[in-house]
Amino acid sequence: MAPFPIEELFGQAGAYLIYLLIGILFGAVLEMAGFAKSTKLAAQFYFKDLTVLKVMFTGIIVAMVLVFLTSGLGWLDYSRVWVNHTYLWPGIVGGLIMGVGFIIGGFCPGTSLVALATLKIDGVFFALGALFGIFLFGESVASFDQFYNSSFYGRFTLPDWLGVSTGVVVLAVTLMALFMFWGGEHLERIFGGKELHREPKFRYAGAGVMVALALAVLVIGQPTIMDKWEQIAAEKEPRLTNREVQIHPGEMLDLMNNDQLNLVMLDVRDEVDYNLFHIVDAKFTPLDSIPTLIDDLHGEPSNTVIVLMSNDEVNATTAWKMLVAENVLNVYLLEGGINYWLDIFGHGGHENCLTEPVINTEGDEELRHVFNSARGANDPAAEPDPHDIDVEYTPKVEIKVQQSTTGGCG
Amino acid sequence: MKLLSDPKPFINPYLAGALLGLVLFFAFFVTGNGLGASGGLNRMLVLVEDTVAPEHVDRTPYLLSMAGGDANPLDSWVVFVTLGTLVGGFLSGWWNGRIRPETNKGPNISNRTRWLMAFVGGTFMGYGARFARGCTSGQALSGGAVLSVGSWAFMFAVFGGAYALAYFLRKFWN
Repeated sequence: MAPFPIEELFGQAGAYLIYLLIGILFGAVLEMAGFAKSTKLAAQFYFKDLTVLKVMFTGIIVAMVLVFLTSGLGWLDYSRVWVNHTYLWPGIVGGLIMGVGFIIGGFCPGTSLVALATLKIDGVFFALGALFGIFLFGESVASFDQFYNSSFYGRFTLPDWLGVSTGVVVLAVTLMALFMFWGGEHLERIFGGKELHREPKFRYAGAGVMVALALAVLVIGQPTIMDKWEQIAAEKEPRLTNREVQIHPGEMLDLMNNDQLNLVMLDVRDEVDYNLFHIVDAKFTPLDSIPTLIDDLHGEPSNTVIVLMSNDEVNATTAWKMLVAENVLNVYLLEGGINYWLDIFGHGGHENCLTEPVINTEGDEELRHVFNSARGANDPAAEPDPHDIDVEYTPKVEIKVQQSTTGGCG
Repeated sequence: MKLLSDPKPFINPYLAGALLGLVLFFAFFVTGNGLGASGGLNRMLVLVEDTVAPEHVDRTPYLLSMAGGDANPLDSWVVFVTLGTLVGGFLSGWWNGRIRPETNKGPNISNRTRWLMAFVGGTFMGYGARFARGCTSGQALSGGAVLSVGSWAFMFAVFGGAYALAYFLRKFWN
């Protein structure tokens, strides 16, 4: 499924060649649109020629509709598409500074490159100025570091913000763009003296196609987390059935005491069981909260190991499928769950194991051990001393590092 | 070279926009990354700084992240997109007979004034683009298409800043 691991497929040089090709197509389109000509760009701000608005918003809605259509059809994994992280106020202040630069200088960085390549002398001066501005920024950013890193929301999308489905946003953005084109053309008529009836008729057909595609995105919807799992189940299910990802309590205890790792333990049980007993540092994350954690987990460092746990294995397995479906790496689950953990390490309620330790893979997710008070992590079994305990196990954890999609203007 | 033949007209803006959208979608679909321009310029500049004053780069955290120690600042996808943009712009300009040295400006100002404006405007642009972690291509276009909240806020800020000042600069462009 797209996007493709191009560095693995074609090597570093091959990947860079693809980026070069993308750049060539980008530069050619900008040039064909007339963006090497500063007067054409500046005319946008006097309502005489709204080419900037038309090109930019057509580009945005075409790419947007195709991204979410292919994502809805299961061809593109949107979670691996780079979405610029939101640093709200630095973005707005930077945008205002750029707006000032745009109207004074007549270009933006991308268009000045195309102007430079076609020997526009104002483009050359602009590009030199841009380099100088970038230089000044590198020298001065340390003095307002705090603001530069403020109002950080991570990967934050319009559907997240508005609390509506992606399809609704896609349709609304498409309609908004078409409305802006309609208004823009009237402004061009008034301020630029353009005759609208001489504009090509194909633009109506184009508008119709865009609305139809946006409606298709809305109807198809976006894949749920379990849809994504279904797509990769054939490939990943064997890891569960071969028990490659269920780690023994002894291994988890060693992970807890390994300073080299960033261990994230997620306890997916309900609040009552969590309060009765949980392993120290395990986070309370009931199953339905798992989807909201994905972005944070993607942001964890590359030495992260995630271990999921429930009373037995059923719910932890469901959570494992969710995280794997969302491309979270190095996800494991606690073999036999909290019940097996307590079988082995005992607890303050009954120091010695009453029964032989049991791994109940298909268990009913009831806590088999009795606690007469809510001990939380204040129980000896919440943080067993690894020196007192000698359990044998087959290590299963292997750390994999993701080829990360880092984007933005890198 | 078609240097002296008449330049061909630009293509229809909606058609150009549709092509731009296809390129952007292609980039996302194949690589997972969008487009960018100022990031590539940034890294080329850092290479120069790292050659001239490596100790300074190593003491400035922002620069260090791109060129610390043995790291080559050009070793990044966005550099190749930027180089490609130059090549693509040249190819299209050449094909359409639009490669000619000229200065585009409003009728009431001299070339020199225009060049000064371009440099000053470029300085603002470069500074702002780094401030906002991306320019019109990397933030507004790419982030806008994948519905980043920050990118949309940024986009309105760019247009807002330009429109707010446009009236005062009307003599320069009209």
